[in-house]
Amino acid sequence: MIDLDIQKSHVIHQWKADSPLIACRISPRGDQCVSAAQDSTLQRWNIPGGEKVVLKGHESWAHALTYNTTGDLLISGGCEGRLIWWSIADAEPKAIRTIDAHQGWIRGVERSPDGQTLVSVGNDRTIRLWKTDSGEKLAEWSAHDRHIYSAAFHPDGVHLLTGDLMGKIHVWKLADRTLVRTLDGSTLYGPNPGQAAEFGGVRSLAISPNGTEVFAAGTHKGSNPFGAVHEPLLLRFQWTDGALTKSHVCDGIPGGLLFRACSLNDATVVSVSGGSTGGILLFFNATQEKEVHRAMLPNIARDMDFHAATGLVASAHHDSHLRISGLFA
Amino acid sequence: MKIAKYACGSMDHIVNRRRFLSGVAGSVATTGAVVGGLGTLTQGIAAAEIQRRDMRVVVFNMHGGLSQLESWDPKPLTRTGGPFRAIPTSVPGIHISELLPMTAKQMHHLCLLRGVNTSEDDHGKGAYMMLTGRRQTPSAEFPQIGSVAAKMLHDDQTGLPGHIVVTPGGGGGRGNEAAYLGPKFSSIQLGGDKPPQNSNKPDAVSDEAEKRRHEIRRKINEQFLNQRRSAITDAYTHSYEQALKLMERREVFDVSKEPDSAKQRYGSSDLGRQCLMARRLLENGVSFVQVTHSNYDTHNDNFNFHIEQVGEFDQAFATFIDDLAQRGMLEKTLVVVLSEFGRTPNINLYYGRDHWSKAWSIAMAGAGVQHGAAFGKTNEEGTEVIDGQCDHGDIFHTILRAVGVDSSQSLIVDGREVPIADPAAEPIWKVLA
Repeated sequence: MIDLDIQKSHVIHQWKADSPLIACRISPRGDQCVSAAQDSTLQRWNIPGGEKVVLKGHESWAHALTYNTTGDLLISGGCEGRLIWWSIADAEPKAIRTIDAHQGWIRGVERSPDGQTLVSVGNDRTIRLWKTDSGEKLAEWSAHDRHIYSAAFHPDGVHLLTGDLMGKIHVWKLADRTLVRTLDGSTLYGPNPGQAAEFGGVRSLAISPNGTEVFAAGTHKGSNPFGAVHEPLLLRFQWTDGALTKSHVCDGIPGGLLFRACSLNDATVVSVSGGSTGGILLFFNATQEKEVHRAMLPNIARDMDFHAATGLVASAHHDSHLRISGLFA
Repeated sequence: MKIAKYACGSMDHIVNRRRFLSGVAGSVATTGAVVGGLGTLTQGIAAAEIQRRDMRVVVFNMHGGLSQLESWDPKPLTRTGGPFRAIPTSVPGIHISELLPMTAKQMHHLCLLRGVNTSEDDHGKGAYMMLTGRRQTPSAEFPQIGSVAAKMLHDDQTGLPGHIVVTPGGGGGRGNEAAYLGPKFSSIQLGGDKPPQNSNKPDAVSDEAEKRRHEIRRKINEQFLNQRRSAITDAYTHSYEQALKLMERREVFDVSKEPDSAKQRYGSSDLGRQCLMARRLLENGVSFVQVTHSNYDTHNDNFNFHIEQVGEFDQAFATFIDDLAQRGMLEKTLVVVLSEFGRTPNINLYYGRDHWSKAWSIAMAGAGVQHGAAFGKTNEEGTEVIDGQCDHGDIFHTILRAVGVDSSQSLIVDGREVPIADPAAEPIWKVLA
């Protein structure tokens, strides 16, 4: 495991795709990264060489990406409602399974801590569980009143969290799919009556490796959502009772939205802000409300992933670049 | 019917319906006369006039600028297409955005205009152009389509206003859209699905007291008008009498009188209730209703906003069209879905689309327009019109023609001929049935 030094974060590589990027994930071994683009294709990039292979199969944008534990399979979820399993480690990756999984957008696909189970969520307000290897559907249940924006398995392997447009974060017991509690992330929902606009949502959920804290990322203070005037917000909850312990805010980012948050360790979270202010990596810890460090990226970012073993952060950008940053000297 | 003699020496700006129908030669005393029509009334024209008075117009104003790519002219799997797919409709060969699944089933009633180019990216100016059919100039003010429709189509005997605008919030007053047609043809504005403000008689006032109050008012009014009559005083008088009639017909505005099944079909959204209200108004004789759906000005997060907004529109609008068709009202009701402009094919840095007036779409249905048709075409990425280009002026003409109004005619206003629609434009004949 590499020693992280967030103050030294810097862009190491940048590789250009043919279309603006919308999502990215680093493989479990840290030897490749997959991105998704506005032209509905996926790209596999080798790290560190940057060799690119383009994957075609979706009929729409794929916001949701996850690898299996070994990194042999990539599962992507598209706005057309399809889950596609890719033989991502092959020289020429193929779509080996396609399932019409949801009505409308899939917004999140995550794997369980043991890697055996996948969860997919989306605009049909339904949670679906799948066997990672076979694609067999294990369960589905209607779960939210509004679009489900994000999901995350708790490291205990017993619980699943899902977050929606309204900022509701439901905690489910996987065994019987009962609702254990709902965390109040409503500050991430920013209706703007003047613009008759519903805006915000739990854009990303993350949980600390030791399972004691839950993080919900998004935006608040949407004084002009149509004009991209809204500020980043990261909520920190205590796992044991669901209490909100901190609302992490940032100064000087009038057009920001946190698209994703990842735990670096048990105390620190990295998040990526996109929006009209630009692309920024923001680092938050448990002791202070505002970020402890920010690192500007060369262009507006739309997604991010963190790889703990290598200390690498991948970010997907509007200028069609995938950028790999190192959180070390 | 007395012929107006105004103290200022000017004459009535209003075409009198009874005189129009009967063909009485008194029409020559009316400055709002329609050139080429009134002076030569025949029984045939009178029949056409009667038919025209049955026609209605509904405008859905998609405030802020509906994206054509997320509605009527999708470009899936192109650089500009965004994440939504195109779906087939009830008309083979015509596809629209997957955000409109219920509307797709009503496509056989609709006529899409996919070649709109208005070359105006400013909200206010664009809205003015689409609602008046003209570019805004400092030298002249033109009436909006609602006022023109009220003047040309409305039957005062209904006891209801001819021009109603349903706004998402507020409302209760009168609009100022009539320009030279005079305040009589300005809109009554309703706040959402609520009846006009102050339209119920206070409980403390008895029917008898109310009657006496108005008798006194009318008497004093008449005395005043004998000496000082003007278009303004006529408008005041008309407003009072219209308000009284409207109070008698207040139940027309009460959507709660609709069966639960109807409310369910239209949906629980504000727009659903407003559409139900619009249908009630139309079937009770209101000639023009404008329903505003807000807001589509999505420079940021265009796709999430359009999921919400277009999804809400889809159920309410599709049900509205189906309801009119089933009730036999669609043949005499022109429905127009317009905005001030469309949105850029280019997707900006924050998943937004900006203002775009060079190649966008509107939809029409009913009355005298083709049904199950798509007119005009944009290029592969939706950046340019490549066939069937039209603009606000052409659309204004087409709306009038579709409800039987000769859009080439003029009104005489203060001794001047004012073309009812921009003479530089003309109806889109291919769109008219």
